[in-house]
Amino acid sequence: MEEFFATNAGILVIVLAQTLLVVAFVMISLLFLVYGDRKIWAAVQMRRGPNVVGPFGLLQTVADALKYVVKEIVIPAGADRTVFMLAPLTSFVLALIAWAVIPFGDTWVLADINVAILYVFAVSSLEVYGVIMGGWASNSKYPFLGSLRSAAQMISYEVSIGLIIIGVIISTGSMNFGDIVRAQDGNLGFFNWYWLPHLPMVALFFISCLAETNRPPFDLPEAESELVAGYQVEYSSTPFLLFMAGEYIAIFLMCALITLLFFGGWLSPIPGLPDGAIWMVLKMAFFFFLFAMVKAIVPRYRYDQLMRVGWKVFLPMSLGWVVIVAFFAHFGLFGGAYARWAVGG
Amino acid sequence: MTVPAIAFYCFAAGVLAGGLFTVISRHPVHSVLWLILAFLSSAGLFVLLGAEFVAMLLVIVYVGAVAVLFLFVVMMLDVDFAQLRAEMAKYLPLSLMIAIVLLMQLALAFGSWSFAPEAEDLRANIAPPLEETHNTAALGLLIYDDYILLFQLSGLILLVAMIGAIVLTLRHKEGIKRQDVLSQMYRDPAEALEIKDVKPGQGL
Repeated sequence: MEEFFATNAGILVIVLAQTLLVVAFVMISLLFLVYGDRKIWAAVQMRRGPNVVGPFGLLQTVADALKYVVKEIVIPAGADRTVFMLAPLTSFVLALIAWAVIPFGDTWVLADINVAILYVFAVSSLEVYGVIMGGWASNSKYPFLGSLRSAAQMISYEVSIGLIIIGVIISTGSMNFGDIVRAQDGNLGFFNWYWLPHLPMVALFFISCLAETNRPPFDLPEAESELVAGYQVEYSSTPFLLFMAGEYIAIFLMCALITLLFFGGWLSPIPGLPDGAIWMVLKMAFFFFLFAMVKAIVPRYRYDQLMRVGWKVFLPMSLGWVVIVAFFAHFGLFGGAYARWAVGG
Repeated sequence: MTVPAIAFYCFAAGVLAGGLFTVISRHPVHSVLWLILAFLSSAGLFVLLGAEFVAMLLVIVYVGAVAVLFLFVVMMLDVDFAQLRAEMAKYLPLSLMIAIVLLMQLALAFGSWSFAPEAEDLRANIAPPLEETHNTAALGLLIYDDYILLFQLSGLILLVAMIGAIVLTLRHKEGIKRQDVLSQMYRDPAEALEIKDVKPGQGL
């Protein structure tokens, strides 16, 4: 048996099994994230939320997914058929492949590559294609307007996300997620993590993530009061399900990214307790809770305000922060909190 | 065939197919989508060469930003492409001639290309040994230690181009209602609202 796992076919089996494991984790958490999202939203609005299918309505998402799958796929007469079907696939597949480099534990990662953070950034910058292609291929006004909005919004906020990530890279001296998390290890637990030295950027990153994933209050591409459902108007059945799933997986990925960059990944917050993947999952769930709360309590932004905040507030602030971090790191100020190269890479 | 060889042929086929269909697609939006395939496949080729940083940068800059803008423009253009193609036939002889001249020049250059005897050593001297430091760090050391001036100058060229583009296109139109965001934000209920107590059955 052991000889088999050393051959090419054996390695292929191992890699496939690991990939399936990660995909299964993401898909199962997706089921409960959608449920949790609706429950939290309902709780804030003093409703019950989904409570019929399964105990506490836990299986509501399964029922919804089944419903989408068995419905008829409607393709509008004037649509570009190939691109129309390609768009939801792109959106879903791109959301999933970014998980290849996300580590859940010290060695629990599918692909431990040196440029992991750039890879995630590249994949998330590609996610805009699903939206643009879907909006254009529908050959309809509202979807097209929605996709144009989305493209402008995602490109604008990618810029500030990139600059914030550069701050963390400067502090660590490596683009590998493992190194970034190990650089946050220390005796103080919670207070060793990057959120403390990079405090202003944590808030900026969180808000940029909301905008990057078209999440309320920045869900202007699919604002129902203005554009019906934006780029998703003409989609039904499984293609719609793929769009929806892709969106939630991208949001969950952003939760993982915040956890890894600023909140110590799999490290335990209390010194003495063992580190492990459980902390990673708990932190991701906590940030998803924050995403859901923002959706419930913040009113939608106006589009020109969104663009103004992105280009005139976030971009200068994050650019300035890169300069400040470079300065702090070079001169080793604040007890070397900004320069952890010795620990990192 | 080894795994890298298979991957190479896949990516190479992707680049060629992408480039070919970019040219022969009937619809310009499809052309841009094929162009994206070509970009992604060439990023894959860079990964195979071990230039992972350049590969990621190619995806982020070209696919994530430049091609999005292409797609933006091509989707919004309302041009009759059949007509455009008909006019293209008029210029075909001229373009063919230019293409042939270019091809000849390239062939001449390629035919008489020779390496200087010291070229190999010169190139080997610059790069830090790959065993000690990985790709991204090696590139960073090279750009920021050895070629800092050239690097900054190329940045300056980009800056000048950017400012030029803004100056050329920025027109401040008169007589348009604009949003003044600051005055909107500093408005408070005291001056924006007037609360009146309306008796039932009476209007204001």
